[in-house]
Amino acid sequence: MTCEAPLRKGRGTVFVQTKICKGCSYCIDFCPAHCLEFSRDFNSRGYHYPVLVRSEDCTGCDLCGLYCPDFAIFGAKFKDLEGQNQSVMP
Amino acid sequence: MDPELESPLMPYLRQDRMPHIWCPGCGIGTTVNCFVRALMESGLNLDQVAVVSGIGCTGRVAGYLKLDSFHTTHGRPIPFATGLKLANPGLKVVVYSGDGDLFAIGGNHFVHGARRNMDIMVICVNNYTYGMTGGQAAPTTPLGAVQTTMPFGNFENPFNLPFLADACGAVYVARWTVYHVRQLARAMKEGLAKKGFVFIEALSPCPTLYSRRNRLGDGVDQLKYYKAKSIIKDGADTKEVGLSFQGEIIVGKFVDRERPTWLESMDKHYSSVFGEKYKPYGAAYAKA
Amino acid sequence: MTGVHFIDGDQAACEGALAAGCRFVAGYPITPSTEVVERFASRIPLIGGLFIQMEDEIASSIAIQGAVWAGKKVMTVTSGPGLSLMMEHVGFAAITETPCVFVDVQRGGPSTGLPTLPAQSDMMQVKWGSHGDYEPIALSPNSPQECFDLMINAFNLAELYRVPVFFMMDEVVGHMTERVVIPEASAIEVAERRWTGKPPGEYRPYEANDDLVPDMVKAGDGYRIHVTGLTHDERGYPTMHPAGQKKLVERLVGKIRHHRERLVDVRMDGLDDAEVVLVSFGITSRVAGPAMEEARQRGGRVGHLRLVITWPFPSSLLRKLAKHVKAFVVPELNMGQMVLEVERAVAGKAQVISVPHPGGTVHEPEDILQKILEAAR
Repeated sequence: MTCEAPLRKGRGTVFVQTKICKGCSYCIDFCPAHCLEFSRDFNSRGYHYPVLVRSEDCTGCDLCGLYCPDFAIFGAKFKDLEGQNQSVMP
Repeated sequence: MDPELESPLMPYLRQDRMPHIWCPGCGIGTTVNCFVRALMESGLNLDQVAVVSGIGCTGRVAGYLKLDSFHTTHGRPIPFATGLKLANPGLKVVVYSGDGDLFAIGGNHFVHGARRNMDIMVICVNNYTYGMTGGQAAPTTPLGAVQTTMPFGNFENPFNLPFLADACGAVYVARWTVYHVRQLARAMKEGLAKKGFVFIEALSPCPTLYSRRNRLGDGVDQLKYYKAKSIIKDGADTKEVGLSFQGEIIVGKFVDRERPTWLESMDKHYSSVFGEKYKPYGAAYAKA
Repeated sequence: MTGVHFIDGDQAACEGALAAGCRFVAGYPITPSTEVVERFASRIPLIGGLFIQMEDEIASSIAIQGAVWAGKKVMTVTSGPGLSLMMEHVGFAAITETPCVFVDVQRGGPSTGLPTLPAQSDMMQVKWGSHGDYEPIALSPNSPQECFDLMINAFNLAELYRVPVFFMMDEVVGHMTERVVIPEASAIEVAERRWTGKPPGEYRPYEANDDLVPDMVKAGDGYRIHVTGLTHDERGYPTMHPAGQKKLVERLVGKIRHHRERLVDVRMDGLDDAEVVLVSFGITSRVAGPAMEEARQRGGRVGHLRLVITWPFPSSLLRKLAKHVKAFVVPELNMGQMVLEVERAVAGKAQVISVPHPGGTVHEPEDILQKILEAAR
């Protein structure tokens, strides 16, 4: 799982289940803040998956999550994560 | 390492069957994404929601949703859903199937389901093709598009689905594309709350077959086309919303009207015929 | 409806279904079956249930299955051309193990044929008509009284074995008016659906009991089941490999094959010392009876075996009889269908003589008598 949360720059972050991503690029192309890009790495099925490269721009709007046909990515606002799952917080 | 966090939508899916079989860039998954969000916001008791699909790529939706789900025969989800709903009107029944399944082999059933105003929601993922079987022409394939059974380009006139639905009496008719995720999810939410025959057409890419054979790029390229060429016209005359090959796409909520459902008509009629002696059928299943 | 009635087979069949607990019918008009659903349509509003006339037989045959999964006991009613249309859904009922009753009021065929006249030419079709391997149950009433009585058996068998059950009437049985006694409801044994006792999470839709039949649930009870026409495993999930196919199909046919001795329902007359045995079913048995009596009066040692359950075919009974019987005479209103089963079971140990008939009317007793006399020679 890729998570840029520890850097805590933007208002939100994304969580990617890299194993089930099929590299379709919807999230990357339709992220309003253009903060996702393909990884250099690929998963066991041979797909490149999205990586949050400009975490300071991520608002946690979850549009990526809404587009994803594979339910492999979702976005969340930090303020919503607080109190939910402490382990993802720095 | 941080723990794997899965999408909050996962509990609504049969996780033991993920990842699903749809191709990379196939929009069906996105429509399911919208549908799950609509379910989450609908306030419905999900034990009472049933999904019925036919055969085809979109027909596989039933197998991935963690609801009472029925993967029936080709073209026949609507009559199955009719039986399911009428036998237990307390269920919220959603038919989720593809353009070929619902409008070629299933065309007759669509017409009658709408005519009767069966209280079911029909989500049609229209990818202009028969995907599962390798990309044959469908009744929605635009003129000129190449498909395996129209190898020199389609010369057969396609359906204008919202027009058909409207003409048959559907009470809610909307078309969105999988680019319009927010609107699609909202339409599905409205559809779930609506009484009567609801029809939502969701245009989706089929990158492996329709797009590839017509050199339209991949899924994202189709979404970019949807974005560029869609025009939102709520309340448009459904006669005018026909589609053409890579042409303008009119999207929006076209029809939203009230009509008594089949069961309501039945109960009302029998009450007037039999008076006190008749116990309304729907009453036995009325939600508390 | 308790009491003595003077009604025809179609009417009695409808009453039988109601008595068995049938509360949902989806149908389509087709001669000579239409009266069954017409009566149901007029009776059901005040009983509490539903009838819907669908747009075709294909829709009817799948709508009833939707209703089953919402908890109802169901039936659809048709004749030859409609049955042909329903075949795909017979297979769907078989693989999803959806209990339902298909009433076929047989008429002259093939194709549009003779809509208002009898035949018994759909017998093989109900056994083999859908693609793939499956084992249906079929019953053949020979009177309006049996249309009532056996209909209850049909529903009970459907629930017990979770298979499609065929009620093979014909135009004469359907349209003949006779005395029908309807007993008190408390005297009628109605089998309930085999609901599971397991909670959601523990229940698996296609995990069979020792009798090879799984317990059932209905939509809306929180089980979140998946039902598919694809080959599936115990969870109901598609399994696309030979091992899954073997496990499922062997169990589906096993459900009936392993219990075929329990599924024998025949009426025997004079078989103990018979030299020639008439094998008949449905309306033909009413003609075969007098032919047998006449042959006996002429000194023949003739017995009559009437099949009430025609599928599964009572092979072992025929095999047993073949040991001491000289010949079987099989009159049927078709060009030779169930006679093939008799031949198969008898396996050459006795003569098997077909008395075919293209349909349109019943046999002349004389024609059956001739074959009996020939066989006895």
